Amino acid sequence: MSEEALYVGCDVGSSRTKVAVIDAAGRLRGLAVRKSGTDFAATADGCLTEALAMAGGEPGRIARAVSTGYGRMNVRYAQDQRTEIGCHAGGCYHAFPRAITVIDIGGQDNKVIKLDAAGRRTGFKMNRKCAAGTGAFLEEMAARLDIPLERMNAMAERSADMVRLGSFCTVFSATEVLEHIRHGKKIEDIVKGVFYSMIKRIVEMDSLTAEVVMTGGVVAHNPYLVRMMEELIGRPVLVPPHPQFTGAIGAALYARSGFRES
Amino acid sequence: MSEEKKAPRKKLAAAADINRFMRDYYLELDAAARAGSPKIAWCTSVGPAEILRALGFLVYFPETHSAMLGATRMATDLIPEANAIGYSPDICSYLTADIGAFLRGVTPLQKAFGIQSIPRPDVLVYNTNQCRDVQDWFVWYGEKFNAPVLGVHTYRGVDEVTDRHIVSIAKQLEALIPPLEKVAGRRFEMEDLRRAVDLSRQCSELWKQILDTAAARPSPITFFDGTTLMGPAVVGRGTPQAVEVYRKLLEELEERIRRREGAVDEERFRIYWDGMPVWGRLSAHAQLFAALHANVLASTYCNSWIFSALDPNDPITSMARAYTELFIVRSDEAKEEYIRRMLSFFQVDGIIYHDAKTCPNNSNCRYGMPQRLEKETGIPSLIINGDLNDLRLISDEQTKTNVEAFIEQLEERRK
Repeated sequence: MSEEALYVGCDVGSSRTKVAVIDAAGRLRGLAVRKSGTDFAATADGCLTEALAMAGGEPGRIARAVSTGYGRMNVRYAQDQRTEIGCHAGGCYHAFPRAITVIDIGGQDNKVIKLDAAGRRTGFKMNRKCAAGTGAFLEEMAARLDIPLERMNAMAERSADMVRLGSFCTVFSATEVLEHIRHGKKIEDIVKGVFYSMIKRIVEMDSLTAEVVMTGGVVAHNPYLVRMMEELIGRPVLVPPHPQFTGAIGAALYARSGFRES
Repeated sequence: MSEEKKAPRKKLAAAADINRFMRDYYLELDAAARAGSPKIAWCTSVGPAEILRALGFLVYFPETHSAMLGATRMATDLIPEANAIGYSPDICSYLTADIGAFLRGVTPLQKAFGIQSIPRPDVLVYNTNQCRDVQDWFVWYGEKFNAPVLGVHTYRGVDEVTDRHIVSIAKQLEALIPPLEKVAGRRFEMEDLRRAVDLSRQCSELWKQILDTAAARPSPITFFDGTTLMGPAVVGRGTPQAVEVYRKLLEELEERIRRREGAVDEERFRIYWDGMPVWGRLSAHAQLFAALHANVLASTYCNSWIFSALDPNDPITSMARAYTELFIVRSDEAKEEYIRRMLSFFQVDGIIYHDAKTCPNNSNCRYGMPQRLEKETGIPSLIINGDLNDLRLISDEQTKTNVEAFIEQLEERRK
């Protein structure tokens, strides 16, 4: 085992906490993900232990750690913090170093981030106050339909006759779902309608210029969303190798380069 | 756990004078309300205050009271009272907070100055230049107090201000005089109006000079300071006391410039704010930006009480012009031209638009203006969703992340 320095990024999201460990060359060495729960600091610690074990490293080799996400101020071992917007941008640019538009679908919010060819942000948008289009929306709909969250992707893929959900609002959408159930619509057609509604909420946020990259935990677990986005915008969509960890990887890259863009 | 960054706020010594000014202003109104004399007129923030002063009224501004409800964070609990009697949560939260406070029988004046209630109006006079909501607001109180309600109906979406606009508004202003004379119980004298307009103009000029000090590097003032320092410009225009208190404030700011003392330590980013303040988060927002070495130093909002057209030699016509040249009633083209001038004058790095849920009239980011201005000037912009008074419409965490990410973006542009 070499004694080279390791760099840690910790992304404490509203739903999951992710840790990425990279080496000085920017190679990914360790990953871990856990439910964020209510004790963000303990979860971040647990993820670090797990990711370091995967990297085959000791805590003493951590040269620097950066935290991001809603719970970024709760990470004991982070020397600095960056916003998740900066970290998702950095993580995606590391995978696709050219002008890109990043779409991150998170548990509580969505982001559309535009980067120029040098990796500089030229603008970004976060969703407004409501949950429509976020992971929280998907969770609510899974509960309404009484199906496990992890089965939704396969069900949406099976649908041959998607239903249309018209509302912005999660509560109103849930009412629409109930109405479709009452009318005997197939669950997979409703699930596909839910997916389509999410994609629509995102394309309304900003114009999607340059190549589009999709990332985030929701995309990682529901790759069918990417295919639907491709169909909607009429061009291919890129996905980085570890979409759920893009924010954590971005934070680790910031830790490595001392806030210089990767 | 990492510590949240906190930056010390630098207080202006003249802020104490402004506080005293506001206390004396409200105590005088309270005494008059209890004695029944002098007569009290309620006026909208850019209503015809000078005419009211010329007729000897003390002038009370409900919008300022409602801003206090916001700043003291009383508003959010009071708004539902007004919602329950039919005023939608989607309309002006100044209106709903103020009516809610009245229904509940509370006022921030009690804690601030020991005043039990807002002063009973003898007449209420609005100008719809702020919005149509002020008319509904005043009509509600007019019925409650059985007091006459008079108004000026503005033009909206004005591109170039023409004589046609001015003549029409001037006629409406003149038409206010006979019914106001009746309430005041005295004759209107043009000389009194000239004096009030002259004082208003002096106040306005000083307020402009105060806000213009933000062009210095570093800026000696922040927008958040401005929102509380502007009290005399709103409630005191047309009075000698407002002029006096602003002279002192201007001296202090000029002294800061001479000493190169910024309102924010190590000012690195200069931000322009468009839209309403979030009254219940003034301090939190001031801290947030200061910790990032960003100074929100200029705003459309504070500038909206600069009335350079006022002319004591032609008081009514010049009032009509001043109240029609106002940013809020102008076309998007005129607004964009104005903001472009401000960006250049204050050497701004970025613009923040506050999209206030209940204030569409003062949220200028809903029809593509940020995108157009960004394309023309290259200056990045950020929209934050929030509200002036209703804290139920705010996500502090989202605001914080947005602002921090915006400053990161500005930082990257310098590399």
